[in-house]
Amino acid sequence: MDEFITKILEKEGVIILSLNGILDAHTTGKLEEVFEKLISESKFKLIVDFSNLRYISSAGLGVFMAYVETMRENGGDIKFAAMKENVYNVFDLLGFPVLYEFYDEVEKAEAKYREN
Amino acid sequence: MSIINKHITVSSSTKSLSEIRKFIRSVAGESGFNKNTVEEIVLAVDEACTNIIKHAYKNSPDNLIEINARFAASTLTLTLIDYGKKFNPDYIVPPDLEEKLKKRKSGGLGIHLMRNLMDEVIYEVSNPKFNKLTLVKKL
Repeated sequence: MDEFITKILEKEGVIILSLNGILDAHTTGKLEEVFEKLISESKFKLIVDFSNLRYISSAGLGVFMAYVETMRENGGDIKFAAMKENVYNVFDLLGFPVLYEFYDEVEKAEAKYREN
Repeated sequence: MSIINKHITVSSSTKSLSEIRKFIRSVAGESGFNKNTVEEIVLAVDEACTNIIKHAYKNSPDNLIEINARFAASTLTLTLIDYGKKFNPDYIVPPDLEEKLKKRKSGGLGIHLMRNLMDEVIYEVSNPKFNKLTLVKKL
């Protein structure tokens, strides 16, 4: 079976969530658990590092849709960084670039949080 | 180009998605599609099967999904059969993402993707015994 692993790093009040492997309808539960935990700890400023995510289906995108408003209502956001082209194409086809910020590097997303 | 005819039957569990993707990746590659298009076809079938598992079978894992793949005359035709609840895809309109964000709902994204990624997406719900979804991609 395909693997999906998450890793969390906190840096100056910003959470960097790294995704590794395959995010499909089978593995989204793991990601939902991570979001529930972050919210329970009042951590709302998030950067998702996609550099090691090989595959995503709309089930994965649904998780970000489900939680982004909660993050934003609490002064945070979900910013996306370092996506492979095949993964970005899925977000693009569903119109996400209008409503989410995408960065080619995690550091650029961090800089955006520091601006505000 | 020779004709390809392949078949797989899997259980209606999200665990099967990995096996389904492997099967489709192999058939689409063998049919001669380039790497990007192979991945688009793989995603379309993943979305179709995810919908069958979630909506037709309501996440009950003990049912069957049958996938037939046929490549002939430069056309890959993928037929997905399930025996679950019927649904009418005509009710699904292209997603209004902003509205969905507010409601924290993500339904309908899969069909939107399938329609974007494949040349044809045909639902047949007229047979009382099963549902049939046909996905077509031309080389």
